[in-house]
Amino acid sequence: MQRTVGRHIRKSRSDRVFDACNVAFMLIFSFLMIYPLYFTVIASISDPYEVINGRVYIAPVGLTLEAYQNVFKEDRIWMGYLNTIKYTAFGTLFNLLLTIPAAYTLSKKHVLGRRAMSMYFLIPMYFGGGLVPTYLQVKALGLMNTSYTLILLGGVSMYNLIVTRVFFSTSIPEALYESAKIDGASELRIFWRIVLPLAKPIIAVMALFYSVGHWNSYFNALIYISRDEYQPLQIVLRNILLSNQMSLAILGTDNLEADVVQAAARRQYLAQGMKYALIFISSAPLLIAYPFVQKHFVKGVMIGSVKG
Amino acid sequence: MNGTQTAIGLRRLRLRRIRRRLANDWQLYLLVLPALVYVFLFHYMPMYGVQIAFKDYSTRLGIWASPWAGLKHFERFLTYPNCWKIIRNTLSITLYSLATFPLPILVALLFNELDNQRFKRTVQMVSYAPHFVSTVVVCSIVTLFLDRSNGILNHLIVALGGERNDWLSVPSMFSDIYVWSGVWQNTGWSTIIYLAALSGVSPELHEAARIDGASRLQIVLHINLPAIAPTVITMLILRFGQVMDLGFEKIYLLQNSLNLDASQVIATYVYEMGVRSGQFSYSSAIGLFNTVINVILLLIVNQVSRRVADISLW
Repeated sequence: MQRTVGRHIRKSRSDRVFDACNVAFMLIFSFLMIYPLYFTVIASISDPYEVINGRVYIAPVGLTLEAYQNVFKEDRIWMGYLNTIKYTAFGTLFNLLLTIPAAYTLSKKHVLGRRAMSMYFLIPMYFGGGLVPTYLQVKALGLMNTSYTLILLGGVSMYNLIVTRVFFSTSIPEALYESAKIDGASELRIFWRIVLPLAKPIIAVMALFYSVGHWNSYFNALIYISRDEYQPLQIVLRNILLSNQMSLAILGTDNLEADVVQAAARRQYLAQGMKYALIFISSAPLLIAYPFVQKHFVKGVMIGSVKG
Repeated sequence: MNGTQTAIGLRRLRLRRIRRRLANDWQLYLLVLPALVYVFLFHYMPMYGVQIAFKDYSTRLGIWASPWAGLKHFERFLTYPNCWKIIRNTLSITLYSLATFPLPILVALLFNELDNQRFKRTVQMVSYAPHFVSTVVVCSIVTLFLDRSNGILNHLIVALGGERNDWLSVPSMFSDIYVWSGVWQNTGWSTIIYLAALSGVSPELHEAARIDGASRLQIVLHINLPAIAPTVITMLILRFGQVMDLGFEKIYLLQNSLNLDASQVIATYVYEMGVRSGQFSYSSAIGLFNTVINVILLLIVNQVSRRVADISLW
């Protein structure tokens, strides 16, 4: 408060120039940050023909929802969507079950072997077996191509574990445990009745971190899943967007057109429009929820920065 | 005689005390157990499995029983004609990424100078958004924007009197595309950690500098920047530890047959050899080679920073 008041009184000319430049920079910066996403949205509701010919820049042209209708006709997308929702929900639950209790124990200073356990969790952050040994291990565990592979993989993030541990050791007063202990509560009971209710903020942050990870994850599916019915949304997206595997079922609906060339061109337009719609649909849950939950994410990063 | 007895007695006492502590805390150990087991299965077992880099792995014999092959696979990689190209690509892309490391610091310092809180919050929120978009989507946006005949970038270039080009297929452009799309995605988000450090700078320090007649720019350079220096160094060490640890996903998604000359990196080669062609031992050897360089780099940078700035990761 005092600081801003001081600034108002003594705002020199050079300060004003600085401020103006800063604001101008921020406006350009924000524009660059948001434009690609914004363009994707307006392109998805514009006439694909106009998009392809470069007439859509700042506002949609030839408003149409055809692209969305086409996207929804594609079964693969529905399946991918459902799979991803399933993986995200159960995967995040699994993450929390592993991370929260472990972080709690690691935050207890008197626990014998605490340092050793911390090292144990820290080492994999810097050194790992690599792709193939991990692949062979996953295979040996019988996790290739199952409906729960993507739920179980990536169970503990070392970074998240550390952040949660820092939360426990800085945010919950030791005295609270002591009094519960004196009352004769067991550790499990303390954890369940006292710690978990107090840990709601960190549980929310971790749930968000993990669920964004699951939603956007694509690598594990690429390596470990080859059956179509288990593919998550991101793989479906890649197949359609980057490998151009469009099914003819949707794009070939108007094969009656006399001119074959024209039909092919139209198909290309439709495919193009679909791509923008698909990008929007797949990112929508995160982008819509994001403004409401962003402060939790920020909090998570802040906790983590207290002590790495 | 008496002395040794006391020593034995003490040891016994200590053992008993340890046992009692373990017994008292068994429920706490129970809480950490699932994570311990998980990390063992998915992180330590693969470390054990990395020995196949020195063996001729056969699926039939398994990791343990496969015959030793010495350094054969490492030799094969280092004498592979494209080996240096792959290493060079990996290094040039990562060093280029590393060069953009100051950007979030700069943006965080400027965020911190914004007086209007509402404006500041809005800009921050907008700049964090790209972080939440998946790699597949980022690469799709890049591909769509850079498309030769339909992409918005080429439309703009033509409108400004330039020539169309299929940018993603120009090998020399690959690292630019990779690095700057990464800057787009992560700059805003990476400012958070620096903003956290900046919020710890005491306002009195600013006040004092003001009274001494310091300008805004001087305050930023001489107070704020030094205040976040420890955070900057920590982040830099972490980044160095990942110098060779290029994000496989993005490179793989942006790769095409025309830009392969610039886009084939260690991670994509490991994937191709290992998962795609099933050359498990060879692929593991390359992966191990990569990890070892990473760890060495991390140790060196950590050591240097400990000597020079008294800051280290552990």
